[in-house]
This record gives sequence, structure tokens and C-alpha cells, in this order.
Amino acid sequence: MALRDDVKGTGTYSLIAIPIMIWTIIPLLWTLALSLKSTDALASADANILGNFWPRQVSWENYQLIFTGGASELFLPALRNSIVVCLSATVISVVLATFCAYAIARLQFPGKRMILTTALGVSFFPVIAMVTPLFDVWRNIGLFDTIPGLIIPYLSLTLPLSIWILAAFFQQIPWEMEQAAQVDGATTWQAFRKVIVPLAAPGVFTTGIITFFTAWNDFVFAISLTSDRARTVPAALAFFTGASQFEQPTGGIMAAAVVVTIPVVILVLIFQRRIVAGLTSGAVKG
Amino acid sequence: MAEIVLTHLVKKYGDGFPAVNDVSLDIADGEFMILVGPSGCGKSTLLRMVVGLEDITSGDLLINGNRVNDLAPRDRNLSMVFQNYALYPHLTVFENIAFPLRLAKGKHTEAQVREKVTQAAGMLELTEHLERKPSNLSGGQRQRVAMGRAIVRDADAFLFDEPLSNLDAKLRGQMRTEISRMQRRLGVTTIYVTHDQIEAMTLGDRVAVLKKGVLQQCASPRELYDQPVNLFVAGFIGSPPMNFLPARVGDGTLSLPFGDVPVGTDLVEKVAGKDVVIVGLRPEHIKDASLGDVTGGARFNATVDVTEWLGNEQYAYIPFEPDPSVQALLEELDRDLDGEGMRTQMVVNLDARSRLREGDDAAFAFDPASMHVFDPETGACLTRDEDLAAQIAREAEEDRRNSLERAKAREAATA
Repeated sequence: MALRDDVKGTGTYSLIAIPIMIWTIIPLLWTLALSLKSTDALASADANILGNFWPRQVSWENYQLIFTGGASELFLPALRNSIVVCLSATVISVVLATFCAYAIARLQFPGKRMILTTALGVSFFPVIAMVTPLFDVWRNIGLFDTIPGLIIPYLSLTLPLSIWILAAFFQQIPWEMEQAAQVDGATTWQAFRKVIVPLAAPGVFTTGIITFFTAWNDFVFAISLTSDRARTVPAALAFFTGASQFEQPTGGIMAAAVVVTIPVVILVLIFQRRIVAGLTSGAVKG
Repeated sequence: MAEIVLTHLVKKYGDGFPAVNDVSLDIADGEFMILVGPSGCGKSTLLRMVVGLEDITSGDLLINGNRVNDLAPRDRNLSMVFQNYALYPHLTVFENIAFPLRLAKGKHTEAQVREKVTQAAGMLELTEHLERKPSNLSGGQRQRVAMGRAIVRDADAFLFDEPLSNLDAKLRGQMRTEISRMQRRLGVTTIYVTHDQIEAMTLGDRVAVLKKGVLQQCASPRELYDQPVNLFVAGFIGSPPMNFLPARVGDGTLSLPFGDVPVGTDLVEKVAGKDVVIVGLRPEHIKDASLGDVTGGARFNATVDVTEWLGNEQYAYIPFEPDPSVQALLEELDRDLDGEGMRTQMVVNLDARSRLREGDDAAFAFDPASMHVFDPETGACLTRDEDLAAQIAREAEEDRRNSLERAKAREAATA
């Protein structure tokens, strides 16, 4: 019975899924197509097939432009900044959120509810409302246009969500696991590191990826809080210029967009299996 | 190897309710001690106090003479099997068993770890499952892995918290004998919590019966069965449970609902001054008189309500009207024993040859000496023979030592 129900449902789901998939993939394909067009093909519909969609002749000139050509001075440092900022923000955020969530899930202390509510409250504020005051503060204390100057706002953006997700994961792990570890001779720290963290791995990876994406894709903070030295890729794209002021640097922007999408795709492919919950099955009676 | 002494242990929770109230126990080296009682009697709490997962409100816990009240679980060198096994799902069976060894850093080389784990796995017949994850194992296998993790380390004592309650009846029987064999072979002090009186009777060298956090009686299974100290212990130990019948005290007789029973002079003295007592009669002590197995003794006639034939024996149920003066007491006792407060009936465990059926008016016989008589006010057993109880205790202790010696000798012979 269960099998037949599954099969019956599949058709309907596919019918609904196909338009959604097309809807989401077209902008990505379009970006890729634009990045592969030469300057001429961008201007003339005749050089393209499928109704001006795909270039007849694939050209790598946009990629040459951003890696070795005129835009490389802007793009390569921005790429480096992006990687440094995002990796640091992710690592710090995951570590802090893991400790905080563990405390919330396991320990009784005054103000526990307040921490959770405040964490949620912080994420209510629109990002743009924080930018102007932050800009002033950062300039006065010398954090403007520095890498820590970006990491700190990203942490404040991602920590609340990370704490909530991880607290939920920790609460699912049976207390007995930890007690068993303690009886087996583990200190609280060993029980946490060897039993709790591996079991919460799907949650840890989920929060890690969310943090990375938030930081990687952020534009508002990146454009407002940086100048030349700490500018990340999304902000740098806005400073691309064409050969003349009348020419849009479309191809270069698209090529850069494709390049910065690649790490995201790789991350998702690597970790999608680990994000699957249900790792705890079999821990206790099942 | 350890001797564990509990002196006046008390556990009070935040609301002041004593979950464990003034429990004192002396657990000898190599002894198999059972903590048993109905749900909520504090037996698991007591075990967790011993292992260090619950704080001790007052009293002393001594392991080998050292007070360990304030030591963390890892410093008490006890190993524990949890009710839900608490295996580490991200580790293989091998790593699960090796976990305590790996935590003791620098104590064991990789080769030693491998040898110890292989040996423990061999004892529990887990060798072929060592590379699997717990989620792929059956309930019984998971149970054995949990035991492997407990025995692999040279712990001072093993603690079991209702380890078999998640298994089905057949597997439970097998694992029961397995635990018993393992305990004898290793000769390690063991504390075992259960709510199942069959596990308590079959496994324990001694059994501690708890009720609402208070220790009722701690004795060998045989003593609990033959010489219970009070109504609660008598009703808890034995399956089907002991029948409790109200009896009016007459002149040299006790009037049971089914007839008068003449009693000896010593019992007459004990019940003197009481109107009503409670008589406890084990189902197996009542016989079908028509089979002619019993000569003499007390006889009575009663109508059988229901019979259950089990092949090797059969149960007959005989309803009766309880005396209103003790009805409240019997109802309270039933609640304490996790009962449902159903109709008052007497259970008779008959020989399988008996051909009694529902509705038969039958003659039954029993030996008046097999009666236990309880004081309805205090619940204390008036017929308990202290000398006999002491003798049973001595014999049980002797048996325990002998079987430990034998197990050691066997071990030495095979090694």
C-alpha cells in the first residue's frame, strides 16, 4: 500500500516541481550564458542562438578580463577578502553558537530565556538600519575598511539563527548519551567533544553553511563598511567599469558572478549528505 | 572488585520530596544485589546516586571504604548499562566498546585495546558485528554491546538500570541467564535495578525491596519468598502474587472467608488482642483436594470463577467478599503494588492434572502452617521466624561463596 501511494504521489509532485525548477534555474543559466559572450555578442542578437540566449561562439574574454586583464586588480583582492572574511566568520560563528546552544540545551542558569529571546530580537532589525550607525562607530574606532570590521557584523547576523538551530539539535540528543560517556570516564568536555558534537554534526554543518552563505552573499555591509582594502566580491562588482563610460561591464560582472557561485555549489554538494538529520537513530531503543 | 556500602542515603528533590529515604545497604565484594520495587519507588534514583549521576542529599556512600559522595562519575570507576543502552550511534560496535579504554589516555596501547575489545566481544558473541553501527543491530545485540562497554574496563562494579525492559519476553529470558553467567564468571560486584520480580528472584544473591524510597527488606530471594517481613514484600514477591484474605480471630481459630482454620498455640499468642488479621496464602500452597495429594490440613469448598490452563500448571480464580474492616488496607496495598484495584479474588495454582473448570464447586486443601499472618495496622508479618530466616540467609551466603569459588576454579582451569 505504502509503495503504491508513493508512486501515485510522484506524478503530481513532478508536475509541480518542473516549473519551479525551470523558474529557479533560468537566471543562473542566463548569468552563465552572458559570461560566455564576447563584447560583440552582447550587443548583437545575430551572434547568438535560442533567441539571443546562448552565444554561437563561446568566448572566454570575460574570464580573462577578471583574472588577468583590467578588472583583475579589483577582482582578485576582493576574492581573497571574501574568502578570508567568510571562512573566519563561519568558524567563529559555529564555535560560539555550539557552546551557547549547548549551554542553553543542557544547563539551567538564570537568564536562559532572555538570551534566546534577545537572540531572536536582534535578528528582527532590518540590516540597513544598522549600517549607518555602524559606519560611524567603525570609522571612529578604526574598524572601517578592515576584515574584522566585516566579520563582526556578519556574526551578529548569523549567530541568532545558528544558536536556535543548534539548540534544537542538542535538545534532541538524549541526556543518557552524555551520562554514559561520563560513567565511561569522560570529563564534561570530553563527553561534549566526542559524543555530543559528532551527534550534532548535521546541525553544525547546517549552521556553518548558513553562516558562510550569509557572509558570502552580503552586499549591504560590504559596500558600506569597506573601501579599497577589505572590499569583498559582491561590493567589488559594483565598481567594475567598461572600456568607456558608455559601455556596461556586463560580461565581466557575469563572469565574476559565476566564479563566486562555484564555491557555494561545491559546498552544497559536499555537505548535502551531512545535513541529513537522523544520525541519532539507533542510539537508544528504536 | 569492590565492596559498596550505603549508609542512610537520602535523596530529596527541590520540592523536599524524598525519592530515596534513609536507605542502608551493605553490598559484599562479588555480590549480585538487586534493587526492586514498583515504579516510582526510587530504585533507579538510588542506582544513579551510586554511580554519581544524582547528588546525594545526605548519608554516605563508601566504595572499598572510601567515601565517594563528592566524586564525579568518571572517578568512581563503576560501569553502567542504561535502560535505553545509550550506545554512541556515530561509532562502530568496536569503537563503542573501546570508548572507555580510549578515554583512559595512555593506559592502554592500541594492541591492548584491540585485545580487550576482542575478548569482551567474544564473551558476548559480538565478534562478527564489530564493524557495524549500532543502528543496524537488533535490540538484543545493542543490549550486548552496552554490556560489552561495561565489562571491557576493569570497573570496580557493574550497575544495570532495567537493562532488559526493552527486550521481548523470549530474549529477556536468554539475556537474563547470560547476565547471570557473566557476573559469576567475572565475579564483579553488581547492582541491578528492575521492576520485574522474576528477574529479581532469578538473578540476585540478595534482593532489596523498596517502596516509596524506603527499604522494606533486603534478603536472599528464598528468604523474601518464605519469610517476608511485611505485607508489601509478601505481595510483591511471587507470581501469581500471594493471596491476602481477611481473617477474624476466634478462639483457637482464624475465620477466613471460606471457613475456619484451626491454628497452633504460638500463633494464638501472636494474634491475641486483635479482631482481624490478614492471612497471606501463596497460590501454590492451595491444592485441589480431589486429587488426594494432601492428607489432613485445612479444607474448604468454593466455586471456581475462571480457570487458566498453562500446560504445566493451571490457575483457578475464586472471588470473595473482603471484610470491610480491612478493605481499605488491601486496596491501598494493591495501589502500592501497581495494581488496578480490580475485584478481590483468590488465585489458586493447581496441578495440571486437576480437571476443575469454571463454575465447578470444588474442594480445596492447604496446610495451615503455610499461612503468613499479617498485622492489619502495621502490615508486619506475625509469622516470620527469625531463626529460620537467619538460617536461610546463612545458606544463601554459603551458596553464593561456593558458586563464586566454582566459577573461579573453572576460569582458572580454562585459562
